[in-house]
Amino acid sequence: MAPFDIAVISVFLIFTPVILVPLAARFRTPYIYLSFTAAAFSSLLAASAGVLAVRRGVNTSAIVAMGLPDLPFHLRLDPLAGFFLCVIGLLAFFVSIYSVGYVKGFAANRSITRFTIFYSLFITGMFLVVLADDAFFFLVAWELMAVSSYFLVMYEDEKAENRRASYLYLVIAHVGAIAILLSFGVMAGQAHGYEGFQGYTFAAMRATTYPPGWATAAFFLSFFGFAAKAGVIPLHVWLPEAHPVAPSNVSALMSGVMLKASIYGIIRITFDFLKVLPWWWGGIVLALGLLSAVLGVLYALMQHDLKRLLAYHSVENIGIILIGVGLAMLFTSFNFPVLAALALIAALYHTLNHAMFKGLLFMGAGAVLHATHERNMEEMGGLIHKMPWTAVFFLVGCVSIAALPPFNGFVSEWLTFQAFLMSPALHRPILSLLIPLGAALLALTGALAAACFVKAFGVTFLGHWRGHNPVHRISEVGWSMRLGMGLAAVACFVLGIFPTIIITWMDIIPQRLVGGRIAATAGRFGWMWLTPYAHERASYSGFNVFIGILAVVFLAYLLLHIGKTAVRRVPAWDCGFAQTTSRMQYNATSFAMPIRRIFGFLFHIREEDEAVPPVRHPAYPERLRYRLRVRDRFWNWLYEPLGEAAFFIARRVGNLQQGRIQVYLIYSFVTIIVLLAFLG
Amino acid sequence: MIDISSFITEVIQVLLLLLAAPLFTGWVKTVKCRMQGRTYAGIFQPYRELRKLFAKEVVLAENASWIFCFTPYLVFGVTVLIGGIIPLISVDLPLADTADVIALAMLFAMVRFFTALAGMDTGTAFGGMGSSREMTIASLAEPALLMAVFTASLAANSTSLAHMVQVMAHGPFMLRPSLAFALLAFIMVFLAETGRVPVDNPATHLELTMIHEAMILEYSGRHLALIEWAGMMKLFIFMSLGIAIFCPWGIAAADDPGGMLIGGLSLAGKLAGAGALLVLIETGLAKMRLFRLTEYLGSAFLLATLGMLSFFILE
Repeated sequence: MAPFDIAVISVFLIFTPVILVPLAARFRTPYIYLSFTAAAFSSLLAASAGVLAVRRGVNTSAIVAMGLPDLPFHLRLDPLAGFFLCVIGLLAFFVSIYSVGYVKGFAANRSITRFTIFYSLFITGMFLVVLADDAFFFLVAWELMAVSSYFLVMYEDEKAENRRASYLYLVIAHVGAIAILLSFGVMAGQAHGYEGFQGYTFAAMRATTYPPGWATAAFFLSFFGFAAKAGVIPLHVWLPEAHPVAPSNVSALMSGVMLKASIYGIIRITFDFLKVLPWWWGGIVLALGLLSAVLGVLYALMQHDLKRLLAYHSVENIGIILIGVGLAMLFTSFNFPVLAALALIAALYHTLNHAMFKGLLFMGAGAVLHATHERNMEEMGGLIHKMPWTAVFFLVGCVSIAALPPFNGFVSEWLTFQAFLMSPALHRPILSLLIPLGAALLALTGALAAACFVKAFGVTFLGHWRGHNPVHRISEVGWSMRLGMGLAAVACFVLGIFPTIIITWMDIIPQRLVGGRIAATAGRFGWMWLTPYAHERASYSGFNVFIGILAVVFLAYLLLHIGKTAVRRVPAWDCGFAQTTSRMQYNATSFAMPIRRIFGFLFHIREEDEAVPPVRHPAYPERLRYRLRVRDRFWNWLYEPLGEAAFFIARRVGNLQQGRIQVYLIYSFVTIIVLLAFLG
Repeated sequence: MIDISSFITEVIQVLLLLLAAPLFTGWVKTVKCRMQGRTYAGIFQPYRELRKLFAKEVVLAENASWIFCFTPYLVFGVTVLIGGIIPLISVDLPLADTADVIALAMLFAMVRFFTALAGMDTGTAFGGMGSSREMTIASLAEPALLMAVFTASLAANSTSLAHMVQVMAHGPFMLRPSLAFALLAFIMVFLAETGRVPVDNPATHLELTMIHEAMILEYSGRHLALIEWAGMMKLFIFMSLGIAIFCPWGIAAADDPGGMLIGGLSLAGKLAGAGALLVLIETGLAKMRLFRLTEYLGSAFLLATLGMLSFFILE
């Protein structure tokens, strides 16, 4: 069966939960099982369609007789769409398995149908975004994705916090959508004139050469729109609000794959439609990527809400992906197709990797939330004893996102580093110098991410329980949640060990888009060695690293366990301090304190401590209350002035409204006169 | 691809690393004692300490999880692997292609990541304090380290360590100002990464000043022995890494037993000199306040950037 047919079948199959709705009221548990199994199955189908499409390099299109008269929907599956279909399908598969257990416990007394229907629509929307082949259908799918995820974020709508977050999300998503619409308008107009609608298909946009001015307008409009959805700084503020309040399986999908739909859009428009790229576009994308990466991880470090922390890390990782995209654009504009292919592969590989480990981490956070009913890390600790499986899977996610070998995050960051170091090939001293500085910023990001995940894992899973709720009620989550997380963890591992196979598989994408390929060099020494450019230049073997570490660890363990191996359990020594309590441990706030001090100028920090009465002597307060508030500076710099300006203009415009019919008649009269004067 | 002689070289190198690392630490300690007018226990003292620790039982905190017990083995394993990858006595190693310089830096980050987790595992205040400080310093040191390495890699146009060494040692000799800057930056970062004065004091157990020691405070017996041994190897590896990048002359090109012997001897000589230099730095400087380190590591980064600038302008 052709990959395209499989993809279409999967889109239809995912509606099963909607058909099964009448069952929901009476057979609650079977309904949950059935609908999420259907979602998992169709996601797997979509993923396999994507794998096949990339592998065979298919290019299938179809016209669906739906939509408005004369504006039928166009569908197309090419390697780029196939790759993103595979990313979305794979994570949706893991998350759907996970959801069986999560939703059962989560939606105890809420309507399940609302959740399952929007869940299916959300996944459908993402599938259709990458399959769409005309502007009209693309925007319909885009809105389907945005609106259904809005309702999912709103699922627990009794909390004001949730309503506020989802409203913010909806506003920013739509500001972005308008920009995308305008960009399509510009391109369609250039493709086929502004009179008809013939230019709205992607085929027409692809076949056009754009004059530089209009190309720049189209590029920046679409980039703005997609950046708003992807959470590129400074348009990131909705992410840390919406992700924590959404149900965790939805956050996993939103952060893991919905943000990637924007990356898809950027790559599609930039490399597929516009093709001719001035170098400064790439420079801007690279700079914004670096800004997002560094600031994203620094903001993440300041959080003590586990899901908020992960949301800021999505900003960071989108930044890393954009670094790859920006480098690919730079190399393309200077006509280095092979180097552009390397950078693009790095970006795409990081897209896949981020979907896997961020999905895994959000599922892990969901499992913790499920077991402890707590999102605040300051109230957690020692969960590794209560939830051993979740701890292992979460640790795999942490190691992957911190870019440590031999897991997958490392491979894509390493490829990005390699792309950075190719900049001397540009033969422009300024660029050659500035670009490696970007590599140093990427190194800073990586190291800070490692610090952040030591904090996230250490405070949540290690040490003693800090919370007020009794710890003995906490238990490990059910099999389906463990299975979903376990599969994602295995994916993280496999993608880290066998990068050469994956790169050979997706090599056709840069070949189609930028005209270069790296598989011939990347896989020259077999599947074990990754040599992206040349053997002398750099090489890496995740498999060897893993086997090497395993062998030495095993050998050391054996040698040390031949004789007697006495282990005595005693209370922690702690330099001889007796009677330490769990409140004396380092927590999330204290862990990040040195970094908060060093990078404090980037945040809006309010820190105060006061003695709690009764105070017998001012020099010796018995109890202190410490308050810390760290705020995103972009709220003060950008959003509050914007909001105030909007209110100001609204008030001024409001003066027009007099409430008297005579005044309104004068308005109409003046308008008609003006129109007659100018158009007559 | 792998022939037997280079395989033997690999085994010799790993054994050499395991055996010579404590000796090097002993040498540094001895010179330091002499320099500071203290009596010393001889350069073989680290071996005796390791033997003592391996013989002792493990005293484990009640709250410690498997992470705490697994970390020493992992730290040891990763460090030995790194020792098998970098060119110590010969550039012709079957493992040399496993990781380039960036991957090596990340492998060290892996060691640090798990050590920091182990520090938080027992739930004591000191463990968390050590982890927090270590990760902060590391996040500032890493960009500087990579920048220094990038500058050095520009000359060879490669980040593969074996290739860099080959170009430096066997290519035409050139005076490179960029390398001088990179070397300075590397030395500064080296002191931070291996936890020496002025960044951290390896000998201190004073509660408020320790960083690396605070993380491993709860370890005992064979676990502590593995971590200490890995720490000695890390010092040794970083030292040899610096020597390999900036002063590789004498290293053997291919399988050539005579060349390897010369390589080993020249490495020993260079290490002895570098160790004495390290002692000079450690004796001459006082430990810095934690928040002064921003400036310290910032200037290391700046030096490395200057090196890169001079490469593009002068070379």
